[in-house]
Amino acid sequence: MLIKTVDLWKTYTVGTETIHAVQGVSVEIEKGEYVAIMGPSGSGKSTLMNLIGCLDSPTRGEYHLNGRRVSAMSDDELAYIRNKEIGFVFQTFNLLPRASALHNVELPLIYNGTSSGERIRKAKEALKTVDLEDRMTHRPNELSGGQRQRVALARALVNNPALILADEPTGNLDTATGAEIMELFGRLHREGNTIIIVTHERDIAIYADRIFYLRDGKVEKEEDVRHIKNSGN
Amino acid sequence: MKVQLLHLKDSIQMAWFTMRTHKMRSFLTILGVLVGVAAVIGMVAIVQGLNKSMAAQIESLGANVIYVSRFEPQVQVGGGGRSEEERKRKYITFEDAMAIKELCPAVEAVSPEKYWWQEPDGNQVKYRDKEARNPQLGGVVPEYAVVNNCFASEGRFVTDSDINFKTYVCVLGVDVAEALFPHADPIGKQILVNNNRFIVVGVAEKKPAFLGYSQNNYLLIPFTTYRKIYSSSESVWLAVKPKSKAGIEAATDQITQLLRLRRGVPYDKENDFAVFTQDYLMDMYRSITGVAYLVMIVISSIALLVGGVGVMNIMLVSVTERTREIGIRKALGAKRRNILWQFLIEAMTLTGTGGIMGIIFGAALGIFVGAVTPLSATISLWSVIVGFSFSVSVGLFFGIYPATRAAKLDPIEALRYE
Repeated sequence: MLIKTVDLWKTYTVGTETIHAVQGVSVEIEKGEYVAIMGPSGSGKSTLMNLIGCLDSPTRGEYHLNGRRVSAMSDDELAYIRNKEIGFVFQTFNLLPRASALHNVELPLIYNGTSSGERIRKAKEALKTVDLEDRMTHRPNELSGGQRQRVALARALVNNPALILADEPTGNLDTATGAEIMELFGRLHREGNTIIIVTHERDIAIYADRIFYLRDGKVEKEEDVRHIKNSGN
Repeated sequence: MKVQLLHLKDSIQMAWFTMRTHKMRSFLTILGVLVGVAAVIGMVAIVQGLNKSMAAQIESLGANVIYVSRFEPQVQVGGGGRSEEERKRKYITFEDAMAIKELCPAVEAVSPEKYWWQEPDGNQVKYRDKEARNPQLGGVVPEYAVVNNCFASEGRFVTDSDINFKTYVCVLGVDVAEALFPHADPIGKQILVNNNRFIVVGVAEKKPAFLGYSQNNYLLIPFTTYRKIYSSSESVWLAVKPKSKAGIEAATDQITQLLRLRRGVPYDKENDFAVFTQDYLMDMYRSITGVAYLVMIVISSIALLVGGVGVMNIMLVSVTERTREIGIRKALGAKRRNILWQFLIEAMTLTGTGGIMGIIFGAALGIFVGAVTPLSATISLWSVIVGFSFSVSVGLFFGIYPATRAAKLDPIEALRYE
């Protein structure tokens, strides 16, 4: 079992109001799965993503990632887990604007003490995986949206994480480019990567094998969509 | 440890990268540090150069020479001057000199000296149509040469028979010799010194220049002859050479005891004269430069403080501007201390660069001053090290607050920051 959450809660206090963003979510995801988390805005999917991505700690409940109980970890321990186990892909790419594609991809390796030579080797390899080896020295503003997202994907892959976590990865791309990126996710999945995509679009969610529908902080239903893909949609 | 070192190297690279992308802002930020360090380096260079010249000058007075004077040597700052008691003190006389020579066993040679200034324009020294540039005129004894380490390079020095017979002979400093006899041998020539005829018997060895000023514009005549012509006060300047370097204290004690006796100083009263060495002059000089250093340290501390506040300000702006970058780094696994060090190193790189520029600027200033003035500037390693480490420390100190703020940012909030 790669991911196991047990009755996960996240509660915020805004002024005098208490918001239960995630209310008792229990999910299990196996290694090598391709899962989508879907829901309208305000459904708590971002909060759930932050919890699964170890950017945030739950108020209550347990979260096990790759055999480790991460729900009770300190900030620095979470940072270590993020570095080692999780590759993030964001809607807005979140690349360092003044750094080259290569340097952007190298970044996670800096924080686990990989030597400079090894970093460059691994970063080049990751850029090759996303077919961007000829754009290594370009800065993000010299790249198209699709290329930027591929750099972000290379960055997510470079540390060989247990999980790739994508938050609306096609949200800032046109339909054709979005489809390209989703094809790339599909390929990475076939190569053995575990992928979780958070989205509000069903068109995107059905690229996954399984969809969790989230509403008001709870998993409303769970759907296996492999048959749709296999039928050639 | 390996991980930490890697971070250091990467952090410095990142810091450089940030600086290069904000050249103008970075430069303005480090200007304060630059000025502070440049002031230290430049001033130290000049003061050290001054020290060197001064030390050389004081040493050229003669190694291990003891001076006897009516007054303590002192630095006149503003008004004040000598007290009534001091002004009423008895002179040090030629007879004192003779007594020291005879009665102090640790003393090798005593040189009583007197110097003359001809009113109104200084001493007139002529040979035919040539004229020397108002040289210093001294009345000396043969021991002058031994005590002041000033021998004749041509001809001879003043001798005992010159003293006994009050002869009209003189020994020229190199400048006077060159002014009067540019193409001829001065020995044996007759010159006019304040309208008295003198025969040149020797030329003294050349002394090194001091602060660009030549020390060779003088002529020396026998002490007795001097007294005969310029029968002014009894007061003489006394320079004494001890038998050995080790005997300098014994000689000082003996001279002090003898003079107390001769001047009738009661046992419970302070000396009404001064016996001192070149070390004493050196110490006195050092106490003056000590004040100069203190003033300089205060000025540059203020500049560094202002620079540091500027750095803190810019670092705070930088942290705000780069909130999202911090979020990204944290999402990718940067720990608090990674972010903390990134910003600390960035601040230190900023101020360290300011320090290096300050060192270069200050050194250039020192060399420039050295080139256009008689001062010789000396850039010392310690001032470079102190300047650099100070500027880096300023970065560290004023970087702590902004860096802590950056390190404490919540990754989710930071990623959302627009």
